[in-house]
Amino acid sequence: MLVRTKIFSAMKQIADEQKLTLPRLEDDLSLNETGFDSLAFAILVARLEDELGIDPFTVAEDATFPSTLGEFVRAYENVPA
Amino acid sequence: MSPPDVIALRRYLDEGPTDRTISDAQQSVRLTDLSEHSCLIGGSSCELSGRSVLLATSRQLLSALAMIELDGIARRMLLCPPDVDWERLQILVAQAGIDTIVTDRPPSEYLSGKCAVLGIDLPARRAIKPEADHATEWLMLTSGTSGLPKIVRHTLDGLAGAIIADGPAHRRGATWATFYDIRRYGGLQIFLRALIGGGSMVLSEPGEAIVAHVARLRAGGVTHISGTPSHWRKLLMSGAAADFSPRYVRLSGEIADQAVLDGLAQAFPHASIGHAYASTEAGVGFSVDDGREGFPAHLIGQNQGGVEMKVIEGSLRIRSRRTARAYVGADAPPLVDAEGFVDTGDMVELRGERYHFVGRRGGIINIGGLKVHPEEVEAVINRHASVQMSRARSRRSPITGAIVVADVILANGTDENRHAAIRAEILGQCRDRLAVWKVPAMIRFVERLDVTAAGKLARTDA
Repeated sequence: MLVRTKIFSAMKQIADEQKLTLPRLEDDLSLNETGFDSLAFAILVARLEDELGIDPFTVAEDATFPSTLGEFVRAYENVPA
Repeated sequence: MSPPDVIALRRYLDEGPTDRTISDAQQSVRLTDLSEHSCLIGGSSCELSGRSVLLATSRQLLSALAMIELDGIARRMLLCPPDVDWERLQILVAQAGIDTIVTDRPPSEYLSGKCAVLGIDLPARRAIKPEADHATEWLMLTSGTSGLPKIVRHTLDGLAGAIIADGPAHRRGATWATFYDIRRYGGLQIFLRALIGGGSMVLSEPGEAIVAHVARLRAGGVTHISGTPSHWRKLLMSGAAADFSPRYVRLSGEIADQAVLDGLAQAFPHASIGHAYASTEAGVGFSVDDGREGFPAHLIGQNQGGVEMKVIEGSLRIRSRRTARAYVGADAPPLVDAEGFVDTGDMVELRGERYHFVGRRGGIINIGGLKVHPEEVEAVINRHASVQMSRARSRRSPITGAIVVADVILANGTDENRHAAIRAEILGQCRDRLAVWKVPAMIRFVERLDVTAAGKLARTDA
């Protein structure tokens, strides 16, 4: 499965659990508009670390958190697993 | 001058029936034999009058015999659990001003140069016992998980306070057992209950399989037994509880949540089940026998049989004659505040008419500024019928600093096809009962969870 698909599926799962309605997931969607708060992102990043074996935001020392969904996905795609 | 009113432990040997025993997996000793026989080798208890003695024995049984022989004779005795090696003992020996070691193992060269060393074995030699003329100080080690343990000083009077207050009514003819080591506070309480209450005792054995242990408890006719909730969960998980029917089951040392209380009530329908609050420093605070987690709010703020409790900044504070007298050592911090209260560091929360324990002050997980105690998460997870035991812990997060995750042991024989459904049910339960940041981000099913030597769930990463 593509990294992108895995990320989207994990996001849907968390949205389900937290009873959030996700907007359509597209690259230029701002992370603010996903309805996810910092806790939901923390859960997402932890679960993706278990599933993909990487946490791009801890690995890089100068990691800045992305602002769009597309940047978020690329952060995972750009880290060698 | 000696205090005239010293009541030494030995005095209780003649209480109750004459066939009282204390036993471990290897041997059984008749308590009446201890009145006239000595367990010491290479010296007599007369020589230990006024000495500061370290009891460092390989077996609990030998320490039990030494406690009985030396209380009222020695100035102080330091009880040493088996997991403290000679190297660390060197420091503790200096702090406690120890001048004599009673042991069945060869001590380190350094220590045998500093102290007189006496051997100990089962009582074989007739000996004249000296008069009890010292109010012996009982020194114990705290069960802290990191660094060197602290030494606390108790008196027999304080240690036995809750035992005397409970009265003899429900323990006539009792045979006591505990999963604890009797050289720790929780275990010592049970040893003293057996001795002072005219009963017998079956000791635990390190490394013994739970099935073998329970077989020994049954063979020994154990009627009264105590352990931590972790000890009890392990027993319930083992399936060994089926053929065992004690009259009294006691929990202490950790939070007794509703799930473990209900589990024990189901496993031991004929037993009365009580959970006690006690710690090495604060002594026995209270015990609760109504089968519900937490304790009635009216226990706070009043003097109940010599124990006063209050809640300051969320933590339970206790003042009574049962608390330790002091920490021992050159730079020892004060044990009580200006008013004589011990700050237990155990955090409580008032819900309706009852206080509930929520966790340790030092164990809080901080999730982006929001706080959670692992214990409150575990209490909710443990309510699921398929869960035997759980541990919530902190997992580092680049976003919130930390998140809560949980490791869960499922009941034996749980269908693996149900794992996903069970995980969803547990999470649903957590969402219904906990604030959103307290809900575990992930639940992992594990085969085992470590329990420390003191019988508590290991929280190494806390």
